[in-house]
Amino acid sequence: MRSMILDQFAMDTVEMRRAYCDALIEAARENPRVVAIDCDVSYSMGTGPFYEAYPGRGINCGIMEAHAIGLAAGLSATGMVPFVHTFGTFATRRAYDQLFLSCAYQDLNVKIIGGDAGVTAQANGGTHMPFEDMGILRNIPGFTIIEPCDTVMYRTAVKYMARTYGNFYMRSSRRKTVRIYRDDAEFTIGKANLLREGEDVALLACGIMVYQALLAAEELEKRGISAAVADVHTIKPLDREAVCALAEKCGAVVACENHSMINGLGSAVAEVLAGEIPVPLEQVGVNDRFGEVGTQDYLMAKFALTAQDIVSKAIKCIGRKKR
Amino acid sequence: MNEREKRFLMAAAEIRKLTIQAMAAAGYGHIGGCMSVCDLLAVLYEEILNVDPRDPHKRDRDYVVMSKGHCGPALYAALAYRGYFDRELLLTLNANGTSLPSHCDRLKTPGIDFSTGSLGQGVSLGIGAALGNRMQGLDSYTYIITGDGELQEGQVWEGVQFMAHHGVANAVLIVDNNGRQLDGYTAEICRQYDLAAKFAAFGLTVFRADGHKPMDIYRALTAAKRCRKPSAVILDTEKGRGCCFAEIPGFNHYMVITPAMAQEAIREIDRRLERALCGA
Repeated sequence: MRSMILDQFAMDTVEMRRAYCDALIEAARENPRVVAIDCDVSYSMGTGPFYEAYPGRGINCGIMEAHAIGLAAGLSATGMVPFVHTFGTFATRRAYDQLFLSCAYQDLNVKIIGGDAGVTAQANGGTHMPFEDMGILRNIPGFTIIEPCDTVMYRTAVKYMARTYGNFYMRSSRRKTVRIYRDDAEFTIGKANLLREGEDVALLACGIMVYQALLAAEELEKRGISAAVADVHTIKPLDREAVCALAEKCGAVVACENHSMINGLGSAVAEVLAGEIPVPLEQVGVNDRFGEVGTQDYLMAKFALTAQDIVSKAIKCIGRKKR
Repeated sequence: MNEREKRFLMAAAEIRKLTIQAMAAAGYGHIGGCMSVCDLLAVLYEEILNVDPRDPHKRDRDYVVMSKGHCGPALYAALAYRGYFDRELLLTLNANGTSLPSHCDRLKTPGIDFSTGSLGQGVSLGIGAALGNRMQGLDSYTYIITGDGELQEGQVWEGVQFMAHHGVANAVLIVDNNGRQLDGYTAEICRQYDLAAKFAAFGLTVFRADGHKPMDIYRALTAAKRCRKPSAVILDTEKGRGCCFAEIPGFNHYMVITPAMAQEAIREIDRRLERALCGA
């Protein structure tokens, strides 16, 4: 099997937001009903080129997230395919009831892009740093929740969302991230990607934590521990089959996310393990705290989201296996 | 009285009676707000709307959003009156497993364009539908029905500002201005001040009518369509109007309704209709 990931990882030359906008323009070329909706952060989200490419198909609502989500739902009822972008905080917290009733409850077709996932909000600080966005959306039946780790996956996910009926929430960094995948990597939304085989512990990660998990696996290997790494880019619906297979094989699982430990990837994994294969689980994530300003490196250290934190949790988790 | 007015009056009486029968079958219901929109629904479904009960999803249809979602039962009565489904179905209102829940559900009921119930959201949904139809070159209008209490929701004003700025002229925002909300009189709970001036200041063209005079409603809606500008129609109404036991100054948002109460109310509707038609 040819690996879907690169031999060496390096910072991408393309920003996530640029990849997003390119993908959206491509989707709009394929489907004339694709429209872009902004809430006065078009500049930050990098959607400007869409407005130039498709005048009349970009709608900037101004600062009204509740209306923007409802508007998108209404548009979708007539067959349009709206993509709404704003920061993850405002896309979810600010418009929760609209996501629930205007979108999901009536089975409409809205694509929400939440920028600045977790610590990637950096200097915008705690008010703009969503550690809870996936958590509040996981409670709504029917929402698909995705967190891509790099530009390759981002592009694929946008294409998939444009072609697939239903409500989606995708969170990510807006900026450059470490490139993980080869250009021709193929993904299936809802299916985790096994990036590295291993036998002692399974590291399940999403978003920026995928790279940290890969670094942690290398470090663990130096210590004689074989760690599997999976990119669980779709948090809901979770790939139960992959989670169970890895839990069974490794007997220990560490869930890694740039999000609160409450009701994110780790919780979703815990729910599956508790019911299917109750092996030890450790969580790397934000421990019920608010965000704050700082560089990404500083915040990752502060909230214990580094490869080293994953290594520690992995060792602890392996120690909890039944003898 | 011309034929059109007669048709409106008869339709309104029928919609009121069907609503009351449905609520009596359930044993209770949001009678106050349902009664205040019956004349509007009569005008819409009798004449204004481009809809086809045999093809509820007709592509170029007009959309109706009952943003005050608890008034679903009046809309169900109008849909049954128009032939979307059998009138017998109305008697299943709120029954276990029914397709007619207390608040509108587009996935359950033929002819319901949007699910509503959390107030204010129907405004954005309706504006979105109007914009989507416009972007696709369809000659379709969207009628958004809100309550005056509902206008306390901030989302309404986000929507109104958007509607004006983006020139969404194929949407008409209709206010059932019955002056009351669940807990009492709107003026006492949180006063709306000059509603028409507020809409105008937000950039809408405003029309006003007596919401219990079908010809007035008809003229206002027709004018709103013809003006080709984003518009609001304020209908001055009375909560509970037309259902004798609900025409009270006290709490009538939601009432227990016995078969005897329903019978008496229906007889009174017939008497009033006869008087109105004879007086012509």
